Amino acid sequence: MKALSINKLSKTYRNGLQALKAVSLDIEQGDFFALLGPNGAGKTTTIGIITSLVTKTAGSIKVFDTDLDEDPEQAKSYIGLVPQEFNFNGFEQVKHILVTQAGYYGMPASEAEPRADELLKQLGLWEKRHTPSRSLSGGMKRRLMIARALVHNPKLLILDEPTAGVDIELRRSMWTFLRKINAAGTTIILTTHYLEEAESLCRNIAIIDKGEIIENTDMKSLLNRLDKEAFILDLKYPLLNNTLEGLDYERLDDTTIEVEISRGESLNSVFEVLSRHGVEVVSMKNKANRLEELFLNLVETSEQNA
Amino acid sequence: MNQSRQQRHWIALSTLVTREVRRFFRIWPQTLLPPAITMTLYFIIFGNLIGSRIGEMGGFTYMEYIVPGIIMMAVINNAYANVASSFFSAKFQNHVEELIVAPVPNYLILAGYVAGGTARGLCVGIIVTIVSLFFTRLPIEHIFITISMVVLSAVLFAIGGFINAVYARSFDEISIIPTFILTPLTYLGGVFYSISLLPEFWQNVSLLNPILYMVNAFRFGMLGVSDIPVVAAFSIILLFIGGLTAFALYLLHKGTGLRN
Repeated sequence: MKALSINKLSKTYRNGLQALKAVSLDIEQGDFFALLGPNGAGKTTTIGIITSLVTKTAGSIKVFDTDLDEDPEQAKSYIGLVPQEFNFNGFEQVKHILVTQAGYYGMPASEAEPRADELLKQLGLWEKRHTPSRSLSGGMKRRLMIARALVHNPKLLILDEPTAGVDIELRRSMWTFLRKINAAGTTIILTTHYLEEAESLCRNIAIIDKGEIIENTDMKSLLNRLDKEAFILDLKYPLLNNTLEGLDYERLDDTTIEVEISRGESLNSVFEVLSRHGVEVVSMKNKANRLEELFLNLVETSEQNA
Repeated sequence: MNQSRQQRHWIALSTLVTREVRRFFRIWPQTLLPPAITMTLYFIIFGNLIGSRIGEMGGFTYMEYIVPGIIMMAVINNAYANVASSFFSAKFQNHVEELIVAPVPNYLILAGYVAGGTARGLCVGIIVTIVSLFFTRLPIEHIFITISMVVLSAVLFAIGGFINAVYARSFDEISIIPTFILTPLTYLGGVFYSISLLPEFWQNVSLLNPILYMVNAFRFGMLGVSDIPVVAAFSIILLFIGGLTAFALYLLHKGTGLRN
């Protein structure tokens, strides 16, 4: 079954801006799906229409086979949204926010209270349950938005840049949490600017640019398209004026070089050349996130074709 | 969650009403205390000090005559202000999105906010009534008319506050209507005088003021005297409630001020 089916979705704002141009997209139940795109590409507009925050110009949306126009109540009941901006009442206490949200979804207090407690504990907010939300730190507010989106046990969770401005430790713990709820059966759609996040978490991906889907495939196939990969090598001793013949490299400083190898080429060949020149390597890392390279290529190609 | 749709609706409505009531009780120094102080001053200055020199009006002491009007004024202002400020704040802080994304039909959103505004209007009405008992006796001639008129008036102005908040884009815009329309209509709506004191022309002009009907019908319920037929008051208020409800639902359906 499809968790989400978007058919020829269009949106033109009053100022004439065409934010979405007949976008079609299918997301399978249980998927962890990345919706990526540069700023202003149409990601948040798409999410806004799915969650009824933005009115569409044309097209249709089905959530678990329920048409959003025909039975909005049923369709909405499947969705949990973590928006980009904080949007809770700053004066309300943390637990009240969760129990109130559950109530809007028709969950009685006898179920909502323990569910809220469970989420507050899982997301490390239990100690803050009686605190007004405005007093929480940025990271805690992000976690509160995730807890609020999950309080009614949605089948489809939509996260619009959930880790923006979150430190790396918290981001990693949120990834672990999201993987866990995805494994438990919740379909997840994620938009993010951290492409490492999308690569690490998502199985399928769509890239949207200027209101059109320019790529929609599984993550593995997309990453397989990379034909070159760059590595940064830290050297034990300065290279001085030595030239490393037989190696495609760029010298970044005396003890750092960047090496580019073709897809399928063994890293051993690089180390053979280095050994031949008596160069010792102390550490190595990818120059950039692989998905980032592809993302930039696709968006640039799309702009050239426009 | 195995509730029927009706059960879910009921839970959603009661959640929204509870949140609204909790809100105005949480900020009681802003919502419940000021009307108590203001109306006490009205009773002291207009009722006691000035009223004792005015003498009788409609067969009652001036204090007795103005008490129903002052209660009604407090109810109307607070029902309106509660919904206008609460719904606008929800828009301003974007937490109205919690409701929009949830499976809550528009009529329940309206009903929840209106019930919250009505609850505050009635709470303030009870507080002002208790305060008035320190100054005068309070007869109630027709209990059904008294209660139904105060409830309907609170409902009507709560809907008005909702529509104001839907259109408002700043906090200034939720104070414009109360300041420039509601307050003049209330003061000219027979709270402090009988329109029989006015020249005929101004009596006829006063009949165009809907608040006159509410104040007089409420006064009829308490004292048994009114400048206008009570049936006309009920008809007008029900007509306004019907019309404004339909308009508010239309605005919610269109997403005016809420959805892009």
